[in-house]
Amino acid sequence: MTESETPLLDELEKGPWPSFVTEMKRAAKKKESAHDLLRQLERSYNDRIGHWKHGGIVGVRGYGGGVIGRYSDLPEEFPGVAEFHTLRVNMPSGWFYTTEKLRQLCDVWDKHGSGLTNLHGATGDIILLGAPTEALQPCFDDLAEIGFDLGGSGSDMRTPSCCVGPARCEYACIDTLEVLYQITMEFQDELHRPMFPYKSKIKISGCPNDCVAAIPRSDIAVVGTWRDNIQVDPAAVAAYANDGIDIQEEVVDLCPTQCMHWDASTKTLTIEDRECNRCMHCINLMPKALAVGKERGATILVGGKAPIVHGALLSWVVVPFMKMEPPYDEFKDLVRRIWEWWDENGKMRERLGELINRMGMRAFLKAMNLPPSPAMIRAPRANPYYFWDPEEVK
Amino acid sequence: MATRTDFGPPYYKDMLPPIIEKNYGKWKYHERVKPGVLRHVAESGEEIYTVRVGSGRLVSTEWIREVCEIADRFCEGHLRFTSRHNLEFLVSDAEKVEPLLAYLNEHNYPVGGTGHAISNPVHTQGWIHCHTPATDASGIVKAVMDDLYEYFVDWKLPAYCRISLACCLNMCGAVHCSDVAILGIHRKPPHIDHDIVRAKCEIPNVIAACPTGAIRPDPKNKTLTVNEEKCMYCGNCYTMCPGMPLADPVGDGVSIWVGGKISSARSAPKFSRLAIPFLPNNPPRWPEVTSAVRNIVETWARNARKHERMGEWIERVGWERFFELTGIPFSVQLIDDFTLAPETYRSTPTFKW
Ligand code: HEM
Ligand code: HEM
Ligand code: HEM
Ligand code: SF4
Ligand code: SF4
Ligand code: SF4
Ligand code: SF4
Repeated sequence: MTESETPLLDELEKGPWPSFVTEMKRAAKKKESAHDLLRQLERSYNDRIGHWKHGGIVGVRGYGGGVIGRYSDLPEEFPGVAEFHTLRVNMPSGWFYTTEKLRQLCDVWDKHGSGLTNLHGATGDIILLGAPTEALQPCFDDLAEIGFDLGGSGSDMRTPSCCVGPARCEYACIDTLEVLYQITMEFQDELHRPMFPYKSKIKISGCPNDCVAAIPRSDIAVVGTWRDNIQVDPAAVAAYANDGIDIQEEVVDLCPTQCMHWDASTKTLTIEDRECNRCMHCINLMPKALAVGKERGATILVGGKAPIVHGALLSWVVVPFMKMEPPYDEFKDLVRRIWEWWDENGKMRERLGELINRMGMRAFLKAMNLPPSPAMIRAPRANPYYFWDPEEVK
Repeated sequence: MATRTDFGPPYYKDMLPPIIEKNYGKWKYHERVKPGVLRHVAESGEEIYTVRVGSGRLVSTEWIREVCEIADRFCEGHLRFTSRHNLEFLVSDAEKVEPLLAYLNEHNYPVGGTGHAISNPVHTQGWIHCHTPATDASGIVKAVMDDLYEYFVDWKLPAYCRISLACCLNMCGAVHCSDVAILGIHRKPPHIDHDIVRAKCEIPNVIAACPTGAIRPDPKNKTLTVNEEKCMYCGNCYTMCPGMPLADPVGDGVSIWVGGKISSARSAPKFSRLAIPFLPNNPPRWPEVTSAVRNIVETWARNARKHERMGEWIERVGWERFFELTGIPFSVQLIDDFTLAPETYRSTPTFKW
């Protein structure tokens, strides 16, 4: 028996969870680049450091983003990954595919690249992992033939994403897939040609469960909600109670606003809807009996980001309720105004949230012409250091 | 030939299974049939079963072709992926659910990740494809999920548990709101190779890239210096300049963060907080990391009330109790001294012993 080239990685072929090492080996049988990727990774497992460097502008004609340049720092040892760039390919809304479409994608990637992919990257793109510089343009040409365009990278609008929404979720208060498609098409230029101070992300969730993590992960988060009452089917509530849910303990006591009342003797649930903050807990527990209201729209929050540079931020409410009706002009218009203000005032590598923090929420609201609302804050300020505008002192 | 540009992604409506097109926006309710299986019922009375399968995220085209074959056989040629890298088979014919599950079981596809379970860990590139990682991503995720497999395929937890991993503090996976976040960290400033800096780097650009202003020019020697006290090991300088690598087998490793939350159910979204400041990189299976994560998950599972997420449990019992119950030593690294630190200090003597 010949000795394995990758004894450390081989360990990760054991165990019940799907093994990426097995996948790399499958690709390595067909492609030298995948084989060298595997060998270089084994080297990293030995050295306990990575072996990639950054640099060199790579891309496809007409676009400023969508390709991530990547070079091995050991090109002599691993020539197959000397150039090993990634294409970010824009996924369809909700990550739905026909098998026909996916096979076409495999054909293109088998022809031009390593045969390895991420389904999907953390922002949602299909990540085609590893192709040399000269393959990028022909690969993109073939992708275009089968209707796949590139996503974003660098200081542009990053590929936006949405939850499964109305395609398969009864909680969806907005048509997340259509909103996503519309804004993706509307902002193709912003997606493909970096022109901002930094990256900008838009994510769309159909309800406050926020399955695409819009609030922590996007500069502009759209989160579905409603304005009227939770729809209640009393018979179905009673059925849940008979089925073993302890409605007092599991539903009513965990309601954050304490706006529900359960009468165990009559098996009647009442909700004081004006006090409900639409957190989804009760609906999550009893989806057959409770449903989101009928007057639906979205809350818009802005400024979320990961920690670089000045610390992580969660998005803040700036529009408590927006209707979100096609063709979504009100939303598109808001996005444009936000970008304009950010572009004008933002420093290099300053995300929207950091800019708002630096200039003050007041400046943002004024520029957007948005009225202040208690929905925007957890508490009013606790210091008297408000700088009065002479206009206000009259 | 002029290439077509700006035509956008495939139109999603062309990708939807017919039953979803028909009942789009008209779903009435859903049930969790068993771990990994959801049943959605539409107003029309039609139903669709979802079978959720964990994937390693890094997959070959061969794997894609294989799951396409499964989807052809059981789902009329349709499938989808979730925001956490899971694969979902959408079955419109109830008769086909059990055969599909049997097939998946036979071919070792893990079915689960729904309900009170650990879903697929969101993770990043690591040593496989990035230039600033402090650890590998896929390897740790594989090791952790092998270890916690029972919690993916079964409902044994009080609530959801989301584990995520990012391999450096850029946090591509936005792991900062996870029940358990595994984060690669560097602990040493870049080691400068002055010859490479002189030969290959635009010094003003490197200086501008540093978020903390730690880099100063050294015009006399046509190079630069790093004020090590200011460096927070972000790797931005290495992005700009190959003469400033940060990676170090001893300096690099993993930190563990807990109690974050994304959804607004019951309580507002929260950040994960640092619980273990450093564990070494110990490939291929990172035993220190897997046992730390298991300890945290199981301590929570033993002590939390039903529906109580990790962060909600910790807020109820208090951080002092969290450290006591998990046996994790409390160290000075856990006390914030960055920009927003005072918000995390306690201003009342009402804590628990
Ligand atoms: C300032 C912070 C960030 C920096 C400097 C940064 C830098 C990078 C770099 C260099 C890569 C390339 C990895 C490769 O070689 O494939 C990458 C990949 C990626 N980043 Fe970031 N990133 C940052 C934050 C984020 C955040 C917050 C997200 C998402 C919410 C994100 C999403 C992604 C995605 C989706 C990829 C593709 C690879 C993957 O899925 O892991 N990035 N990032
Ligand atoms: C030489 C050609 C360059 C290429 C091919 C390149 C490519 C990339 C890529 C692919 C990323 C990953 C981040 C992402 O898009 O997700 C990245 C990150 C980054 N690059 Fe470059 N870059 C280049 C030059 C520069 C220059 C000139 C600057 C600054 C003046 C720069 C600063 C950065 C910074 C700060 C990040 C992290 C921030 C982010 O994620 O947007 N790079 N670069
Ligand atoms: C009982 C309550 C809940 C129900 C019935 C529910 C329903 C769903 C459904 C149907 C999906 C699949 C969506 C898709 O296909 O993309 C999903 C995914 C998801 N949900 Fe929820 N949700 C609930 C609560 C939550 C909570 C409390 C969180 C908080 C973190 C959450 C976060 C997520 C995330 C991150 C995903 C993506 C899962 C994945 O891709 O594996 N959900 N949820
Ligand atoms: S965010 Fe809400 S609407 Fe969207 S998939 Fe999740 S639970 Fe459904
Ligand atoms: S949605 Fe939340 S706040 Fe409203 S009634 Fe239900 S549990 Fe209470
Ligand atoms: S988290 Fe850091 S190391 Fe990992 S892919 Fe993102 S930038 Fe690269
Ligand atoms: S690692 Fe980051 S903080 Fe340290 S010198 Fe480089 S750019 Fe500055």
